[in-house]
Amino acid sequence: MSLRHRNVNEFLEQNGIDVIDSDLGERIVQLAKEPPSHIVLPCIHKKKEEIGELFHQHLGTPAGNADPQFLTETARHHLRETFLTRKAALTGVNFAVAETGEFVVCTNEGNADMGGHLADIHIASMGIEKIIPERKHLGVFLRLLTRSATGQPITTYSSHFAKPRNGQEMHIIIVDNGRTIQLGREDFRNSLKCIRCGACMNTCPVYRRSGGHSYHNAISGPIGSILAPNLDMEKYADLPFASTLCGSCSNVCPVKIDIHQQLYKWRQVIVQKGYTTAAKRASMQVMNITLSNPAIYHTGGKVGRWVLKHAPFAVNNKFNPWYKQRDMPEPPKDSFGEWYEKNRKSK
Amino acid sequence: MSSRDKILAAVAANQPQLTALPDISFLKGDVNGVQEKFIATLTAIGGKVIEVDNFNEITAYIKATTTLSQRVITTLIELTNMVELINDNSVLPHTFQDVELSIINAHLGVSENGAVWVKDDLLNHRVLPFICQHLAIILNKQNIVPTMHEAYENIGLENYGYGTFIAGPSKTADIEQSLVLGAHGSRSMTVFLMNTPSAHD
Repeated sequence: MSLRHRNVNEFLEQNGIDVIDSDLGERIVQLAKEPPSHIVLPCIHKKKEEIGELFHQHLGTPAGNADPQFLTETARHHLRETFLTRKAALTGVNFAVAETGEFVVCTNEGNADMGGHLADIHIASMGIEKIIPERKHLGVFLRLLTRSATGQPITTYSSHFAKPRNGQEMHIIIVDNGRTIQLGREDFRNSLKCIRCGACMNTCPVYRRSGGHSYHNAISGPIGSILAPNLDMEKYADLPFASTLCGSCSNVCPVKIDIHQQLYKWRQVIVQKGYTTAAKRASMQVMNITLSNPAIYHTGGKVGRWVLKHAPFAVNNKFNPWYKQRDMPEPPKDSFGEWYEKNRKSK
Repeated sequence: MSSRDKILAAVAANQPQLTALPDISFLKGDVNGVQEKFIATLTAIGGKVIEVDNFNEITAYIKATTTLSQRVITTLIELTNMVELINDNSVLPHTFQDVELSIINAHLGVSENGAVWVKDDLLNHRVLPFICQHLAIILNKQNIVPTMHEAYENIGLENYGYGTFIAGPSKTADIEQSLVLGAHGSRSMTVFLMNTPSAHD
């Protein structure tokens, strides 16, 4: 996933190096030429029938077979051939230990171990924030990871690599990619605690409706929305606004990142830096004037109700984004203020 | 300035206030019933546990579950009368691609998650527990600890090249979240829980 984030696969392919993803879900989205939509379950957006069709096209399985057991068995044979013939294995890193210099890779499928133990060269890539102080702290983090990801007590394989095997080369790539900038942003540095469990996505009402691809970033969901603006504020200016700020993400986060607070803070930074659309700026300005002046507010309300009632075509058109998928509400006879004046105040 | 120096300088320049390393020594599990809990947990995650008193019971089990044409390997000297012993580190790891069953020792088991800890001194080849179709682990019943915290306390600062916690058969739920056992690693994991420290002791 960390490689995906920086388009390493695409770069290697442009340079004549064939890269094959070995995690089942990653392989499926690679065959479909799509980005992953979830950090733990990369092809969660695909129906098994679509996967059956992909395997039929690329791996020669019978058309119409969409049995997960059969498709997984097919991928096992296909990728075993890959593990046995490839010269270099690229893996990520879940945790690295400062005290011992080892790194830990967690998988349920066993793909990191099959790759790493068979290839002549093992290249492990990690962000600087993966480093934890001491080996014994792995006890804390390995317990947290799967409990918050899939609900398992631990991943099937938690492999600790300290030295290459005899005759093997091992390289570790430690990546910054904006992390030191984030470290310097006091309001946002907490996001570097993320262990990529996906709990915030699984609970998020927006992610669960819209899916990972709508975030147009390798890491989607609430955590993606607070990490992405650090990399490119203009490109990802929309993400912190695509939230109800309900706080469910912060509530489930095992490493206690204040995700919804950071979403709210990013909105302010993005507006101050001027990365909002002109329409939004103008409408906010109108809103500001209206809400700070009672006379304009009352007149505006009256005009709005009159228009809804007598000239609905003025708002029921394609220039009104609300109307695109919804009906406009019935206009009430009078405003709350007018109703209150009539029914309560006089009594 | 190398990229490494640049990153280190940027990290140094953006350091948050230092906080003291927390004391995690209070994190301890319940030592009562660890064997029973280990068996229950490993069974729940798709593994199999068989309690044995000696190596004869293990060889009987291997005879009953494998055929002569299947390649069965071990790194345990106690099993060599019937199983191929792997003690040559110079062969390519790829030569184990036809292995049906690997039988290896484990240092310790963790009752809270059903994992066993194996280092490369028990493996000879790191790929052995992964490339086989089926995996069998021999674990001394006395070597089960309650949680990962005791496991790391036990491992200490030992200097190893490679070590891994293995908890059950390899699995995936990437297709519509249906759980399938046997992704890339072994299709099954059987733990022989040895009642006495070792048969020849």
